[in-house]
Amino acid sequence: MSVSLHDLIFSYSKQSPLLNIASWQIAQGEKVFLQGESGSGKSTLLNLIAGLLPVTSGRITVLDQRLDQLSQRRRDRFRADNIGYIFQQFNLIPYLNAVDNVLLASEFSQRNKGQTVERARSLLAQLQLPESVWQQPGKNLSIGQQQRVAIARALFNFPKLIIADEPTSALDQANRDVFMKTLMSLCDEYQSTLLFVSHDPTLASYFDRTDSLAMINNVG
Amino acid sequence: MGMFFKIAYKSLSDRKASALMTLLALTVSISVLVSVEHIRVQAKESFANTVSGTDLIVGARTGSLNLLLYSVFRVGTPTNNIAWSTYQDISGSSEVKWSVPLSLGDSHRGYRVLGTNQDYFRYFSYGQKHPLVFAAGREFKSTFEVVLGAAVARALNYQPGDEILLSHGIASASFNLHKGSPFSVVGILEPTGTPVDQTVHVSLQGLSAIHDSAQYAGDPDSITAFLVALKSRVGVFSLQRQVNNYRAEPVMAILPGIALSELWQMMAMVEQTLRLISVLVLISALLGLSAMLLSSVRERRHEIQLLRMTGAPPWYLFLLSEAEVLLITLLGLGVSLLLVVLSFTAGQTYLAGHFGINISADIFTLSTLVSCLIVTGSALVIGALPAIAMYLRALRP
Repeated sequence: MSVSLHDLIFSYSKQSPLLNIASWQIAQGEKVFLQGESGSGKSTLLNLIAGLLPVTSGRITVLDQRLDQLSQRRRDRFRADNIGYIFQQFNLIPYLNAVDNVLLASEFSQRNKGQTVERARSLLAQLQLPESVWQQPGKNLSIGQQQRVAIARALFNFPKLIIADEPTSALDQANRDVFMKTLMSLCDEYQSTLLFVSHDPTLASYFDRTDSLAMINNVG
Repeated sequence: MGMFFKIAYKSLSDRKASALMTLLALTVSISVLVSVEHIRVQAKESFANTVSGTDLIVGARTGSLNLLLYSVFRVGTPTNNIAWSTYQDISGSSEVKWSVPLSLGDSHRGYRVLGTNQDYFRYFSYGQKHPLVFAAGREFKSTFEVVLGAAVARALNYQPGDEILLSHGIASASFNLHKGSPFSVVGILEPTGTPVDQTVHVSLQGLSAIHDSAQYAGDPDSITAFLVALKSRVGVFSLQRQVNNYRAEPVMAILPGIALSELWQMMAMVEQTLRLISVLVLISALLGLSAMLLSSVRERRHEIQLLRMTGAPPWYLFLLSEAEVLLITLLGLGVSLLLVVLSFTAGQTYLAGHFGINISADIFTLSTLVSCLIVTGSALVIGALPAIAMYLRALRP
């Protein structure tokens, strides 16, 4: 299993639980589309799987590692080594150039310290980012270009799990299709598991499996 | 490590306008702090060096500070003179190596006129036993000859051979100008960084002539004070006691070193106030720096979240903010030190000429190093505020 949740409960301090998931799994290499409306706790669930938030109770296992048993420091390291993450927007440090934004992925990873500028460049080339913008600060790139740099960074450490949080919602139709096709083919190439969250059901056709957060979450 | 400083540097240069304003404020405050500290240390040194080689200063009985002020610094008015016979009696003592009579009271265009004799140029010394040196000309030999301190000559643009009029009283626009006493400039001294630079030197007879142009032959009736050096310093206290118990008239003797340090202690208030002000100016600039960084924490929330998601631990964000503080502070220190060196190099002659203090342009001293360390340390302490805000922001996704 890539991701496995058991009796997971999460609440922000002293509030009633936001998430209560009895059991949910993602198999190795699986591409899962998790649909949910905004405010349904999607981002919170992703933060839990990424190890950014500690669970309130229950078990959360990612790539055979019990995250609920790790300290925050070790969850940070685990995330750096194993998880590629793509945000809805603001994926780039605005004042760093495209190459440096990709290299950021190796800054905190113990395992992939030796990764080089060449690899960042070849990834950007593979994602068809024009070479003219490689040295441009992130804020000068178009949204479509920024999301492609985000894929490059997410893949940089050869992560076994890629998490994407509404990465296409800021893109127009044409860019969205290019983005989805690129992401899918790269996940195949890297044999990465993909957990993709969106409120847009039209994207479901790209995936092996579709789940709805409302169905798996026993709260609300 | 490379990426860390790259992020810190580029994030600062991304906020160029506010970073530059902050740098400017910091540069001004660091310059003030470093200058004040430097001047303080140098002035203290310069001050302690105003007179050397003199074991005792003897004058009419008054406060020891008062005697020091008018005999060495030419400040204030002597309350009483001492008789010429007293001077001769005491300086004739077998323990005395040399003595120099000083007579004060008049001025030339705001500069104090000092009546003395040729021994002044022979024996008076300052700093590390530097004797007086002539930049031009020679010492006075007759009644109507005058020797100028370096600052007087420069400020009034006098050359050897010029004729000047000396007046009675000390105001620069004195009403009872003695029209009948033209003096000729025969010598100009090298700068010393002491009150000597501000002094107009004439012979004791010349000084009498200013007061009463008919009566200036022979010795004067009285003088203001005199400097004494002993053959052996062991005898200082016993001679001091003898002078203090002198029967013919009330006189006193002071040890210049002790009196100088007493006087410096009186100035400690001013010194501490200046220090306090410069530290407060620094703190306000550092608070400005912190406010700048603090206000940007909110707009950097996406950046923080991004770094966290790529695996940055929260303390990385703390250190990042502190690194920005450090970068701006080190840059401020660099610019400030450069500015201070340049302005002291430019202002050196002005300070020596107008205030009689020698400030070296070489600011790379231990006290400057200490100032720099204090600046950096307090920057990191005050800079911890926005750094903590970054840390807390990093803790919640």
